[in-house]
Amino acid sequence: MHRIRFIAQKEFYHILRDFRSLIIVIIMPVMMIFLYGYAINMDIENVSLAIVDFDHSVESQQLTERFFASPYFSPGENEVDMSDPEQLLRSGQVAAILAIPPGFSAALARGEDFELGMMVDGTDASLASAVQAFSNSVLSNFLMDRLPPNFDIPGVTLSQQVLYNPDLKSSHFLVPGLVAVILMMISALMTSMTIAREKETGTMEQLLTTPVKPREILIGKLLPYVVIAFVDGILVLIFARLVFGVPFVGSQLLLLGFGLIYVTTALSIGILISSLVDTLQEATLLAQVATLLPAVMLSGFIFALKNMPFVLQAISYIVPARYFVVIIRGIMLKGAGLEVLIPQAGALVLLMVILMTVAAAKFKTRVV
Amino acid sequence: MPYLVADSLSRKYGHNLALDDFSLSVNKGELFALLGPDGAGKTTMIRVLCRLLDPDSGSVTINGLDLQQRYDDIKPILGYMPQQFSLYPDLSVEENMTFYAGMYGVTGQAYRDKRDQLYQFSKLGPFAKRRASALSGGMKQKLALSCALIHNPRMLILDEPTTGVDPLSRRQFWETLLQLKSQGVTILVSTPYMDEVARCDRAAFIFGGRKLAEDRPAQLAAAFQGSIFYIDREPTSQLLNQIMSIDGLTTARFGAGMHLYLAPDDSLDPYLNALSQLGLNSSDINPIAPSLEDRFIQLMESPT
Repeated sequence: MHRIRFIAQKEFYHILRDFRSLIIVIIMPVMMIFLYGYAINMDIENVSLAIVDFDHSVESQQLTERFFASPYFSPGENEVDMSDPEQLLRSGQVAAILAIPPGFSAALARGEDFELGMMVDGTDASLASAVQAFSNSVLSNFLMDRLPPNFDIPGVTLSQQVLYNPDLKSSHFLVPGLVAVILMMISALMTSMTIAREKETGTMEQLLTTPVKPREILIGKLLPYVVIAFVDGILVLIFARLVFGVPFVGSQLLLLGFGLIYVTTALSIGILISSLVDTLQEATLLAQVATLLPAVMLSGFIFALKNMPFVLQAISYIVPARYFVVIIRGIMLKGAGLEVLIPQAGALVLLMVILMTVAAAKFKTRVV
Repeated sequence: MPYLVADSLSRKYGHNLALDDFSLSVNKGELFALLGPDGAGKTTMIRVLCRLLDPDSGSVTINGLDLQQRYDDIKPILGYMPQQFSLYPDLSVEENMTFYAGMYGVTGQAYRDKRDQLYQFSKLGPFAKRRASALSGGMKQKLALSCALIHNPRMLILDEPTTGVDPLSRRQFWETLLQLKSQGVTILVSTPYMDEVARCDRAAFIFGGRKLAEDRPAQLAAAFQGSIFYIDREPTSQLLNQIMSIDGLTTARFGAGMHLYLAPDDSLDPYLNALSQLGLNSSDINPIAPSLEDRFIQLMESPT
């Protein structure tokens, strides 16, 4: 056991003395959560809309103001060439065009049926359906407000209550998943290089002639990175909370505990990769391929796992991010407790043990 | 008494035979050199002896223990110094030593005693806090040897330890090896330098993965077949070619002059006439005793 301590201590020296790499592994996750957090925002806001007003009335002006007062729409092009209105959609200058034909205010005054014209860019289907829904709600609010104050509409209203993410903000849903993906990538990348580097520089050759066992090398190399990855995890969580305002309902201590298990499992992937390959280049490449794609696609971070083909669902069980996405969303958004998340943590520990065992078995004790 | 025995080792790289039926026996307490040019198979041989490479066939025993089966028991008695500097450049002198000591379970007072003892020979004590990357070539090599010795190994295997080291450091290094030998350490050292072999008890010539000869240095040289003359003349290519064109003579550059080789039972007299036409008088041509290098060249050209 004392050899593990010596290996871990040596590895710590390597980490602390390679100052540039240290800064990168500390800064990179924070940068990533910042950039990706904004980039993958799925909330539909500020859809660029062109309103062509042929009515030129007070009412048409009021309706226009209503549209742009809502957070969903922002004014696009004003000058619309009505001989070819589609031109604006084709060029992508606006996502929708609303036409208010002449006679709009007159029809309102008389209480007659009237049609407004709207063209929506359907290439982004979710955007198009959102635009339709938003326009309907803006329009019905506009009409409701024109009713006399004590006008009574009989009928039933649906009282909806959205739990855990009442504002339905996609960032609350995505950023915790993003934390899982980023920690996976950075952890695996860090450890993937440690053994490959010793092979490349030749230091492994002398180390192999000492009585140290492969498992002692692997565990000793893993330990210091657990500390670094844990620090990364805390920084990324702080950012998720401060910059994206993700709520934190559950126990912070519990999340840190599970986070520790998760980064250790992620680091084990890097350790396995490192003991399989011979060069740094192979190691970093394999670490990225083996972690990024599965963590993004098969973790339930963006795409729901239960809608996937059976084979992909089966593969997802060996993707550690899958378990941590459940854990982190559960704790941060729902306040889930230990008893709910124990199976997820158990799966992570099992994966970690398997990864480290395979790494020790595949560890090459010969050069070349 | 043999301490390290290699029995008909062979190892292929693709179609290339890096080791060809190589057998070797190093006696206990002996300083043994593995002599050969670059690419002869020295490093392959040494890596097989340290079990860093598996031979395709053949076996190795160290201190009577089979290398494949009892490697864990051999490790504590074996010290290895690879050809390439293989310590951690970002660790200090002392951190490197502490680390390797830790790998062998040498800790506490035992470590501190050994460290101080090694500082006495290496003179690295004042540089204990210096990073290994900032050491000179000679100091790096002393540190590497210190790390290989930190666990008091009974057998030391060194792969070209003096390649790329300045002459003074080289001499000091060999003094250290002789000192270790006097303490009973069995040493196998590979080298491309003939002059180093003279300080060894025995040596083996390796070339093309094969052992060409194995004996004490003096005997190795004395086994030269034929006679040798030294020509005290600048060895221009033209002159070398002209001599080689004389039937029965071979020659080679040797320092500032040339060596002239005659087959056994031949004498110089019949050639003096031809040589004088090249401007070489008998006073320029003097018999000398064969050196290791002469014998090695002879073996490389006709391995009999």
